[in-house]
Amino acid sequence: MNERTVAVLAGGLSHEREVSLRSGRRLAAALRDAGLDVREWDMDASLIERLRTDPPDAVAIALHGGEGENGSVQAVLELLGVPFVGTSAPACRRAWDKPTAKAELSRAGLGTPDWVALPHTTFRALGAQAVLDAMVDRLGLPLMLKPDQGGSALGAQVVRERSDLPAAMVSCLAYGDTVLAERFVVGTEVAVSVVEDGGDAHALPAVEVDAVGGFYDYTARYTPGAATFHCPARLDATVLADLEEAALAAHHLLGLRDVSRMDAVVDADGRVQILEVNVSPGLTDTSLLPIAARTSGLDLGTLYAALVEQAVARA
Amino acid sequence: MSEPQQPVVPTAPAAVAATERFAARTAGMTASEIRALFAVASRPEVVSLAGGMPNLAALPLESLAVEVADLVSREGQIALQYGSAQGVPALREQICEVMALEGIKADPDDVVVTVGSQMALDLVTRIYCDPGDVVLAEGPSYVGALGSFAAYQARVVHVAMDEHGLVPELLRQALHTLALQGITPKFLYTIPNFHNPAGVTLAVERRAEVLEICAGYGVAVVEDNPYGLLGFSGTVYPALRSMDRDVVYLGSFSKTFASGLRVGWALVPPAVRDRLVLAAESATLCPPSFNQMLVSRYLAAHDWHSQIKTFTEAYRDRRDAMLRALETYLPEGCTWNVPDGGFYVWLTVPEGVDTKAMLPRAVTARVAYASGTGFYADGFGSRQLRLSYCYPTPERITEGVRRLAAVLEAELDVMHTFGTTSRPALGPTPQRNGPQAPSPHTP
Repeated sequence: MNERTVAVLAGGLSHEREVSLRSGRRLAAALRDAGLDVREWDMDASLIERLRTDPPDAVAIALHGGEGENGSVQAVLELLGVPFVGTSAPACRRAWDKPTAKAELSRAGLGTPDWVALPHTTFRALGAQAVLDAMVDRLGLPLMLKPDQGGSALGAQVVRERSDLPAAMVSCLAYGDTVLAERFVVGTEVAVSVVEDGGDAHALPAVEVDAVGGFYDYTARYTPGAATFHCPARLDATVLADLEEAALAAHHLLGLRDVSRMDAVVDADGRVQILEVNVSPGLTDTSLLPIAARTSGLDLGTLYAALVEQAVARA
Repeated sequence: MSEPQQPVVPTAPAAVAATERFAARTAGMTASEIRALFAVASRPEVVSLAGGMPNLAALPLESLAVEVADLVSREGQIALQYGSAQGVPALREQICEVMALEGIKADPDDVVVTVGSQMALDLVTRIYCDPGDVVLAEGPSYVGALGSFAAYQARVVHVAMDEHGLVPELLRQALHTLALQGITPKFLYTIPNFHNPAGVTLAVERRAEVLEICAGYGVAVVEDNPYGLLGFSGTVYPALRSMDRDVVYLGSFSKTFASGLRVGWALVPPAVRDRLVLAAESATLCPPSFNQMLVSRYLAAHDWHSQIKTFTEAYRDRRDAMLRALETYLPEGCTWNVPDGGFYVWLTVPEGVDTKAMLPRAVTARVAYASGTGFYADGFGSRQLRLSYCYPTPERITEGVRRLAAVLEAELDVMHTFGTTSRPALGPTPQRNGPQAPSPHTP
């Protein structure tokens, strides 16, 4: 019996609260199965008091979106000196902001679809139609629109016609003040998770996503059966190796820690195009990291129990 | 001589994912961004004007606790046992007394107690509708009813309302159009009093006409009346069922007593009753005996008339708070109805605003509402939203509307930037700023 106590943080006030609660429940159950003493806490005004009165050996963050991934919770835990599984606050901030992360990846020579990120105020100041025209000239159609921050594909949409763009911009800006417009890459959608064991990071097998409707949106992500997964991905060995290399490179480049997941598209020429990197991968029944772990013969509880040990050892 | 034949052993079928066994009619039961956002709305930081949760603060909980203890100690052997599929006889008699307030003369034998009136609605749809059958419903209509109709693959044709409820002429037109196509709807589903979500009440002088039109086309009427006793002026409108014994009437204790007990009922014509009871039996065997007996004791021993008065006074205060806040804070181009009972204000927002697409912005601003498209089966309602004033305190309602107003201003600002304000909207057009009844809407 492992004597470790761990607090699983899930919920919060982000748009991804529901997904986070599901991830948290699954992680908590897995850690209990692994013999840990688990508390399940929401992220609310009672959190700091709980951490002080009932301090766990470590915190495992199953928060998605907002404070759980942008480094805020991590900064508070660092402030309080509470060990936690996952990436440090500064690195979270870098990875969370998609344009910032894409710029770093691109600078390092890693493939990522061409993009432009602009706040609403820029469109207002310069005239939306002219900016949208320039955007389409550069990125072409169809293009992907997504909030510059956030996950679970909330607010993400494929825009196929120029005439649909203004309404799509309005919808996307309902999730945040800045829109990330990206060249739409046709290809195979894959996710590669990275876990650290001691000081060594290694990639889990790539998971290929085949969404029934063709777009891996929120419904496809969280409706069992709405997407088919193939793990390992049905790709050439060289492409699988490239994916692994890209995931590890992104993990190191952005300073990620313990666990991360890279979402990417392999284009028609077999090139890896990184869409984003997640510091708090989903752990629900339909999430990608658990699929990859299962394929590798890794038990989720054992995997995260080791990460808890790692976090405690770091303190 | 031929070889003895080997027995044929069927090969094991290839592994089939559980999801591949789902019935086609469940295809629409998927995860949705909107439902995900409502998970946030349950947090106390968010002012939720979305859900229609009754306010139970005024219930006499201490005396109910005594009643519960007494029920267990004196009648536990019955209350904790299976019961009749049709419901506890004593409660069915009391239900008839409740319905008498709305002019209904009913025989307890024709009452079927159900697990909330939602189950009654589900069962009625089950016994009436084959896939592809047409059901008429007001536009907008109760989202739970639309869910039941979809589950049985019935097609919904909406009929518009005005400030006096369902418009008889439009009902006649809809039936005529369907008749030309050789279609007779199975029933008209209507919420005549303090409509959910539109908040309007069917004018008394229209009631007989609606019944007459439906009878003329051979269409049954299903009257859903959970809010009938929650009028703010004290007026209790005559039920459609009081005018026509063939009307299927759905009632509930969720709004007049306690929603968590899930006790509702259907009053049906004798010819329908037996089939409904069999359907109920196959669904739940019997409604919960304990809950029914508790409701029965409550009706017998407590002054439930006064309790309803207490509820309605609280709801009236909340409605007033909401109307004041709407007048104070909302931007130009918004219109809403002034409900005289029930739980809801139906708000039409400025042209081009899509209330479903705006919801993430609202949740970020810590306010939630129910977007209008959920109340239509045909994609209308993008310009409408439902605000519930039943649960939050007047202060929270005011704060919620203030936040909503800021959300609308921000949305209009973004829309102005992208020139989408003239985007064709689905739904009625407001006539002027301020309170008014919903405009007619013809799908």
